[in-house]
Amino acid sequence: MQIKEKIFSASFLKPLIFILCLLPFTLLILNAINNNLGPNPAEEMIRTLGNWGIYFLLIGLSISPARKVFKLNWLIRYRRMIGLFTFFYVSLHFLSYIWFDQFFNVDEIIKDIIKRPFITIGFICYLLLVPLAFTSTNGMMKRLKKNWGRLHKLVYLVSMLALLHYFMMIKADYLVPSVLLVILSLLLGYRVVLKFKI
Amino acid sequence: MSIIIKSASKQNIKSSEITSETDYFNRREFIKKSGILVGASWAGGLSLPASAKSSEYGNDFSNLKKTPYGKGEKLTSFKDATTYNNFYEFGTGKKDPAKNATQFKTDPWSITVAGEANKTGTFHLEDILKHAQIEERIYRFRCVEAWSMVVPWVGFSLADMLKRFGPTSKAKYVQFDTLFDPQQMPGQKRRVLDWPYRDGLRIDEAMNPLAFMAVGLYGHDMPNQNGAPIRLVIPWKYGFKNIKSIVKITFMEHEPVCTWNVTAPKEYGFYSNVNPLVDHPRWSQATERVLGSNFWEPKAKTKIYNGYGEQVAHLYKGMNLRKYF
Repeated sequence: MQIKEKIFSASFLKPLIFILCLLPFTLLILNAINNNLGPNPAEEMIRTLGNWGIYFLLIGLSISPARKVFKLNWLIRYRRMIGLFTFFYVSLHFLSYIWFDQFFNVDEIIKDIIKRPFITIGFICYLLLVPLAFTSTNGMMKRLKKNWGRLHKLVYLVSMLALLHYFMMIKADYLVPSVLLVILSLLLGYRVVLKFKI
Repeated sequence: MSIIIKSASKQNIKSSEITSETDYFNRREFIKKSGILVGASWAGGLSLPASAKSSEYGNDFSNLKKTPYGKGEKLTSFKDATTYNNFYEFGTGKKDPAKNATQFKTDPWSITVAGEANKTGTFHLEDILKHAQIEERIYRFRCVEAWSMVVPWVGFSLADMLKRFGPTSKAKYVQFDTLFDPQQMPGQKRRVLDWPYRDGLRIDEAMNPLAFMAVGLYGHDMPNQNGAPIRLVIPWKYGFKNIKSIVKITFMEHEPVCTWNVTAPKEYGFYSNVNPLVDHPRWSQATERVLGSNFWEPKAKTKIYNGYGEQVAHLYKGMNLRKYF
């Protein structure tokens, strides 16, 4: 256990995970530069970034269960990084919508957010993630004390709304969001079981 | 590449069904020739600018009549038009049809004509094609998902074909069915939609001179992923009305069943005319992303009836377009 702890806390692992988390973004930029995003690059970019936002949400939510089930305590060190990468990809997802779908047309964006439920939900998701990202520092953790944990429980709501946002934009084939929903249900279900000792 | 793979299975066709040996072999010849031409144009398509003329892509059809339709329009590249497809029978991803339709067998092919018409029955595609004046028309194509393209279709007037079946006075509508064959169309193994895919038109819409039956594009036989061997092209309606791989045509008195309308009645109406003022409940229809356009530039403004109002607006005179969307 001691040796294992040392390996995983080794200073090389953190930058390695950081680079891994940046990989989807790097690939997207490379594909964009090489004109490799297909006939509808704007759509490809928006969808890819949204997908990664949800993947990172799920990765973040799987850290606590993985720590407990597999006794991998060291995983906790990477939870903040995963959370911030979630915010990074969701921010880029929102930015790419504002830019490549709406071209900064503020009137249209506001209309879209009000009129279209799936965009409304997506926007609420993003708004809820902002305070989580801004209170992710050690200083904020200390200052908020018990409230920090309470505030960060918002991520459960965000994950459910994010999947709802995904389901609401589908035309007919619900396979992919259904698989994600099963994963999310397991991750949240584990917490419910733990809390109420069912 | 799909065109090359089409296997010759002449022995399955009764000789009575074959138009004539010469016509038959002519079509075979086109297909053989196209193997080389498509190969060349496929590779060339990558480097051709989006504004390339359709003639630069080769020509499988002898005596292909050019028409003034779409003169001056900037064509979508052959590659984009054949690799970005909604054809759920071959998968719901845009790239799926090009990947999953390569083995799709479209020869022999027959179409069943039923309902309120004098000449009903099952007709071999060759028999239908032998009467047709094959021509090229460049049409704008607007998908309900707010993207669009410009395609040089090869085919013939829908009205000319329908009239030959002798629709009776009871034929107020016409319905089309896509092939149902989960073995060949892997997307049909899951009930993503209520198979077989069906769609239809009011008879006066179907008889409009713009309505087109396409058997090819860019001078080539129809690629499988684009709805081989024969599909509908109604340029003033959203793309999903342009039903692909048609096996049945039914003339009827009542409004036909339309697959997307059944799936989501509030989102996809029977008419589904392109209209920038009537939004899809989940997204705006005011603008469209032209495939191949510079994505640093804003989307193009969508025109009512996809810009074909002059030819078709009279069909909907006095109708509330918000109610009959």
